[in-house]
Amino acid sequence: MHVAVIDTALDPLAEVQRYQGAQPHLQGQVGATAIFIGSMRDFNQDQTVVRMELEHYPGMTEHYLQKIAQQALQQWPIADLLILHRVGIIIPNDPIVVVAVWSAHRAAAYAANRFLMEDLKSHAPFWKKETLDNHHSRWVEKNTPA
Amino acid sequence: MTIQVRFFARLREQLGMAETVVSASQAHTVGDVWLYCVGQTYPRHNVLCAINLEYVGFDDPVKDGDEVAFFPPVTGG
Repeated sequence: MHVAVIDTALDPLAEVQRYQGAQPHLQGQVGATAIFIGSMRDFNQDQTVVRMELEHYPGMTEHYLQKIAQQALQQWPIADLLILHRVGIIIPNDPIVVVAVWSAHRAAAYAANRFLMEDLKSHAPFWKKETLDNHHSRWVEKNTPA
Repeated sequence: MTIQVRFFARLREQLGMAETVVSASQAHTVGDVWLYCVGQTYPRHNVLCAINLEYVGFDDPVKDGDEVAFFPPVTGG
């Protein structure tokens, strides 16, 4: 299991492949890999967004992600999981988050992946500040429900 | 005998303060820390809080050496 907050460009699929390739217990043992990738949109609340700054609470964010990762490993028969989340300055189309879950069969991988993503969005201490095309900036007040 | 206090995101900008220190003798609960640092002018109903990196409520007790954090609803992912 690996969770990390990173402040450099994120290549989700390369990271998932690299992680899987480095884990002997994921070779041949898993029939399902559920991957969720969240990316930055260029619109929010009917306005064009040109840039975004992602802030986090160093220490608490990693601690929280570890906690939900442990919870997922206990709750579902999954083989492993990976959570990577960007912070810093990003632009539209940049990946923000990747959650990958490996399991023998798809049901557990889907369920655990969804749990991790929904819980992360509701509770992990990250905050987004958008810069609009009119140069104004604003904090995102809340996440979209789903 | 101090409590370290941190503020994040919109709250940090609006209060103009990223961190401060409160004497442990001045605060028994998270709510006391909030009142001491922020006062009653800023509404706290949409504010989340943590002690030592764990979510808590405003009524939870604080002690010497704790790190208390206040922040707005989270918007990651």
